[in-house]
Amino acid sequence: MRKCSLDKLDLLLGEIAKSNELYLPVDDSDGSAVYKKWEKGTALSDALNTVRSPKDFFFPQTENLMEFKMQGKNIEIIDTRSELEDFVIFGVRACDVKSFEILDRVFLSEPVDSYYAMRRSHGVIISLACTRPAETCFCKTFGIDPASPSGDISAWKTESEIFFEANNEKGEALLSSLGALLQDCDNEAVEAQKAKINAIMDKLPLKNLTTEGFGGGKTAELFDDPHWAELSEACLGCGTCTFVCPTCQCYDIKDFNTGNGVIRFRCWDSCMYSDFTKMAHGNNRLTQKERFRQRFMHKLVYYPENNDGLFSCVGCGRCLAKCPISMNIVKVMKTIGGDKGE
Amino acid sequence: MNNLNETLIPKVGVITDVRIDTPDIKTFRVVTTDGEKAFDHRPGQCAMLSVPGVGEAMFSITSSPTNEEYMEFSIKKCGCVTDWLHQAEKGQQITIRGPYGKPFPVDDVFAGKDLLFIAGGVGLAPLRSVINYCRHYRDRYGKIDIVYGSRSKDDLLDYQEIIEEWQKDEGVNVYLTIDNPQEGWDGHVGFVPNYVKELSFDTNKVAVICGPPIMIKFTLDGLCDIGFDKTDVYTTLELRMKCGVGKCGRCNVGAKYVCKDGPVFRCDELEELPDEY
Ligand SMILES: Cc1cc2nc3c(=O)[nH]c(=O)nc-3n(C[C@H](O)[C@H](O)[C@H](O)COP(=O)(O)OP(=O)(O)OC[C@H]3O[C@@H](n4cnc5c(N)ncnc54)[C@H](O)[C@@H]3O)c2cc1C
Ligand code: SF4
Ligand code: SF4
Ligand code: FES
Repeated sequence: MRKCSLDKLDLLLGEIAKSNELYLPVDDSDGSAVYKKWEKGTALSDALNTVRSPKDFFFPQTENLMEFKMQGKNIEIIDTRSELEDFVIFGVRACDVKSFEILDRVFLSEPVDSYYAMRRSHGVIISLACTRPAETCFCKTFGIDPASPSGDISAWKTESEIFFEANNEKGEALLSSLGALLQDCDNEAVEAQKAKINAIMDKLPLKNLTTEGFGGGKTAELFDDPHWAELSEACLGCGTCTFVCPTCQCYDIKDFNTGNGVIRFRCWDSCMYSDFTKMAHGNNRLTQKERFRQRFMHKLVYYPENNDGLFSCVGCGRCLAKCPISMNIVKVMKTIGGDKGE
Repeated sequence: MNNLNETLIPKVGVITDVRIDTPDIKTFRVVTTDGEKAFDHRPGQCAMLSVPGVGEAMFSITSSPTNEEYMEFSIKKCGCVTDWLHQAEKGQQITIRGPYGKPFPVDDVFAGKDLLFIAGGVGLAPLRSVINYCRHYRDRYGKIDIVYGSRSKDDLLDYQEIIEEWQKDEGVNVYLTIDNPQEGWDGHVGFVPNYVKELSFDTNKVAVICGPPIMIKFTLDGLCDIGFDKTDVYTTLELRMKCGVGKCGRCNVGAKYVCKDGPVFRCDELEELPDEY
């Protein structure tokens, strides 16, 4: 374990930024936090978490895949992938770090998505333990410990100091490169900090929310649950929940005509949209009920079925905060799974 | 990084022949710019074809893997990509990537068995690949029965090949039908599911059904009525697709992705899935 005093944090970030692009949560003008590139004077936000999840770093909202040049009947395909520089994301919360593992299982399984893989291999993640988990947090439901975030390096912030622990070689290399800015220390302060965080977690309203009743193999039992109709009734199909969600992975592939060629790009898509599965001979998810059910069945049943029981939700609470009609996965879990929360 | 394989990046393909099959279906022959097959495949697998700037769409590879020179696609005109392709001429380049999906179990489950193929409309496209594969390795399979139906005589796909090759093969029986009576047609008239029941096949064989969803449902019911077990019946599903590799999240039915766990499914497996296809 190594540490530095908080008044030296700026120096430390500056040192990291010397050799890597560095991103961290920063207060936006409206008071919410967003990931921004560090420049001299940039201060780490004190907010619990960013409005947008950090999935953009590895799976950007839009990304060019390739280009085509056309001449008469001929086509030339241009591979536009290029080598990336290493970059560091500082201050990622435990829930969001876990979301990378969930996306990894999709994009890094065969055939590997090289666009995602390239970003992932160049990103160094410095996680940061939460100091003030909020009422919308339920990461513990999914076995995530906000006091012990993973990542290449884990960090803890106390009133006056910041502590670091490398979790792998990549993390160790970065910490070592910071030399004298960090001092070795024991883990007493960090243990005290963990106990504080856990005490807060124990008082949160969603602390008893359980995944019991969900998981792989539950399709037959849950698919025809009568409650899907009332739960989805007011859903606008706006897709906000899927866009803010760190684990939502659906994408579309589109072409853009530039005038002297074509750029093929991918962009986030949403299973909540009415045309998501539309085909010439019909649509297999005709109403919002089917689309709504798909989103939650995927996170709570289908994904775990294909991924050794791992759920595709990290309890970050973003969808609780952002849905315009206040519908969310917690309400779904309490209603469909039987009311075991609160 | 550019040497890293990426399934989303296609190859350039050249259309070397266009055959008009029906008023809305054309069959395209495709090779790479070196004049070779773009990749190897198994019967029942698909490929993503695209016209840059227009879009990308999934099609069954209708030619058999035993054809070592080129691939063929039978394409029905019904939207952006397909309309564009229908106007394309020989020499036109397109892009191609694949193969995608799980093939028919031609080398294990089908081996040594009598086979019954049932197709409706453009649904013959994926079956033609299997039929020609089984005809090529004729001694590996028992009797082959093929029931194929369309709206009219003019809508029958691969008609020349059926008449000139399939019907002449020993041990291969072809039963054609059209929906309504038509001048110049002295064959059977009626819908495929009914015809299959009338023909009353013995049930000691493997059946494969391919066609519009409604035809698949009725035909499967019909087969069960005459005593077929769902474990002996295969079909293919067609859902909207983008990536072809189980990542874009578009084509799932329950926990299965049709692009990677399908499109070929055994009917008893299909029954386990939620009714959302
Ligand atoms: C596994 C698989 C195998 C297929 N094999 C064949 C084949 O051998 N021959 C053939 O003619 N067609 C086949 N199809 C259907 C073909 O992919 C669609 O008809 C095609 O996507 C239409 O593309 P488009 O750009 O012309 O239409 P678009 O302009 O994209 O769309 C026209 C209409 O088709 C809908 N559509 C989009 N994608 C699909 C889709 N995947 N299936 C059906 N409708 C869709 C659109 O929503 C719209 O309503 C197959 C589809 C799948 C999934
Ligand atoms: S479903 Fe909601 S709580 Fe769960 S990870 Fe997504 S945004 Fe966060
Ligand atoms: S659940 Fe809420 S955020 Fe999600 S699509 Fe429906 S209305 Fe929009
Ligand atoms: S087409 Fe993308 S998941 Fe099947």
